Amino acid sequence: MSSVAEALPASRRSGALHRLMRDRMGAMGAVLVAAFVAMALFAPWLAPYDPLKLDVMHKLMPPSLAHWAGTDQLGRDTLSRLIWGARTALGVAVSSIGLAGAIGIALGLVAGYGPRWLDMALVLVLDSLSSLPMIMFALAVITVLGPGKGTLILVIVLVSIPGYARLIRAQTLTLKNADFVQAERTMGAGPGRILARHILPNVVGPLVIVLSMDVPVVIMLEAGLSYLNLGVKPPEPSWGNILYDGYTSLRSQPALVIAAGVPLVLSTIGFTFLGEGLRDALDPRLKVGPR
Amino acid sequence: MLTYAIKRIGLAVLILITVMLAMYAMVFLVPGDPASLALGPRATPELKAQLIARMGLDQPVWVQVWRFFANALHGNLGYDVWSRRPVLDQILQVFPNTLFLGAVALGWALVLGVALGCAAVVWRGTVVDAVLGILSVSMIAVPPFVIALYLLLIFAVWLGWLPAIGAGTPGDWASQFRAVLLPAFSIGITWVGYLARLVRASMLEVMGANHIRTARAFGLSELRIVTRYALRLAIIPTVAILAVGFGSILSSAVFVETVFSRPGIGTLVTSAVAKRNYPVVMGSVLFMTAFYLVVVTAADLLIARLDPRVRDVFRG
Repeated sequence: MSSVAEALPASRRSGALHRLMRDRMGAMGAVLVAAFVAMALFAPWLAPYDPLKLDVMHKLMPPSLAHWAGTDQLGRDTLSRLIWGARTALGVAVSSIGLAGAIGIALGLVAGYGPRWLDMALVLVLDSLSSLPMIMFALAVITVLGPGKGTLILVIVLVSIPGYARLIRAQTLTLKNADFVQAERTMGAGPGRILARHILPNVVGPLVIVLSMDVPVVIMLEAGLSYLNLGVKPPEPSWGNILYDGYTSLRSQPALVIAAGVPLVLSTIGFTFLGEGLRDALDPRLKVGPR
Repeated sequence: MLTYAIKRIGLAVLILITVMLAMYAMVFLVPGDPASLALGPRATPELKAQLIARMGLDQPVWVQVWRFFANALHGNLGYDVWSRRPVLDQILQVFPNTLFLGAVALGWALVLGVALGCAAVVWRGTVVDAVLGILSVSMIAVPPFVIALYLLLIFAVWLGWLPAIGAGTPGDWASQFRAVLLPAFSIGITWVGYLARLVRASMLEVMGANHIRTARAFGLSELRIVTRYALRLAIIPTVAILAVGFGSILSSAVFVETVFSRPGIGTLVTSAVAKRNYPVVMGSVLFMTAFYLVVVTAADLLIARLDPRVRDVFRG
C-alpha cells in the first residue's frame, strides 16, 4: 500500500479537483489564493513603484490615478507596498509551515514508532507547548531573541510543531500494528525502511490538509506581530506594519488603513475557503459533523 | 471522579512547571545577556552590573530557577526592571479589564453563535443554511485586529459614537461598557463563526436521536424541537470549546487592546516586550498560562461530570 494520492486511480484524483471546483466556496478560495500567490511571485513586475522609494512632497495622498491606493506618511506608494507585502507574508508562511511540518513529521514518527518512554517524554513536552496561550509564548520568545523576521519564523515553527507532531504520532500508532506493516517487519525490514516507505506516505495526506488550513493563521500572526512592531521590521513592507502606519495616520488619511486591511482580509478568507474545500474534496472523514 | 480530578489537576501542574523550565532554558540558551539587550546602546559597565543584579542574573542558573519558583509560590513574580514595581501588582491592576473584555466578547459570541447555529439547523439545506455557512467561515478567517481597526475608524473617528481609546473611567460602569463594545465585538466575531458551526454540527448529530423523533411525532414545531430539546444535548461540546475559546480570546486581546490603547494584560506585556522588561514578560506569561490551565482544567472536570464516558477514556 502506498500513499493515498497514488492509490487513487487518475479519474478519482481529477475527481477531487472537480469536486473542489464545483464547491463554490472552494473555487472562490482557489481564485483568491491564486491572486495572492501571483502578487507575491510577480511583485517586482506588478508594483508600479519602488516600495521603499520616499517622496515626502507627496505624503499621505488620497487614492488617485498616479497612486491607486494613495501614499503613506513618507510618500511611499501604498499599492506597491501592499504588493510587496504579499511576498513577505507568503515567504514567512511557506518557510515557517514547511519547517514546522518537517520537524513535526520527524517528532511524530519517533514518538509513535519509538520506545514508550521517549513517546511519553515527547508527549509531555508537546502538550506543554500547546497548552500555552500561543501569543504569550510568542511574546516570550521575542523578548529573548529580539524582534525580527527570523524570530517570527522561529516562533511560528515552535507553536505549530506540537499540532503536527501529535497528528502524525496518532496515525503512526494506529498504522504501527497494521497487517502490511507487520508483514514487512516479519520479512526483516528495519524501522528506517518501514517508516520511510510504508508509514510516512500514509500519514502525510491528512497533514497536508492541516498545513494548508494553518496558512491563514500564520498570515494573520505575521501581520499582527508586525503591527505591534514585533515582527517584520520596517521599512520592509509587511501588511502588519502598513496597517500600523495607517493606524498612526487614521485621522489625517484613513485611506491608508482601509487599503492596508483589504489584501489581508481577502487572503485569509481565500486560504480558509480553499482549505475547507480541499479538506472536503480530499478527505471527507476530517469534516466536522455532517453537512 | 476523584481519581480523574486528581490526575487532571496533576497534569496541569506538571505542564505549568515544564513551561517555566522551558522558558528559563530559552533565556540561557540565547547568546548575549539580557541586561545589555535591555539597555541597548546606553549600556555602561556600571549600569549593566546594576541591572544584572536587579534581575538576579548574577546567581547560578539553578539558584535563579529555584528562586523564581519559590517566589512565584509566594505570590511574588519579581519586580519591574525599570519602575521597580512588583510585577504581580501591575498584572492584577490591569487584569480585570482584560477579563471583562474577554467575558463580554465570549458572551455576545455565545448568544449570536448559538442563535446562528440553531437557525442553520432549522433551515438546513436551504439558502439560509448556505449563506450562514459562508458567513461563519468568513468570520473565522478575518483577523480580529483588522476588524478592530475598521470599527475604530467608523464608530470612533468618523461617527464619534464610541470612545477610541482607553477602558472607561474606573467606577463609572456606563463609560466602561461603552469602551468595551468595539474591542469585544472585534474579538468575539471569530467565535461567533466557530460556535455557529460547532452548534450546527453537533446539533445535526443529535437530530437523529430517539427523543427528537418522538418530539417530532408529537407534532412539535421544528423551531421548538431545536431550541428546547436538541440544544440541550448539543451544548456539551460547546462547553469544552469555550474554555479553549477563552485562551484564544486572550490572545486576540493582545492585538485588539493595543489598537484601542486599552489598559490590559495585552498592552502590559507588549510594551514590556518592546522594552525587554524580562520580569514583567515572564510574570505575565506565567500568570496567563496558569489562568488558562485553570480554565481548561475546570472545563474538563465539568464535562467529566456532565458526561461519565470522558472519565473512562482517561482511565484507560
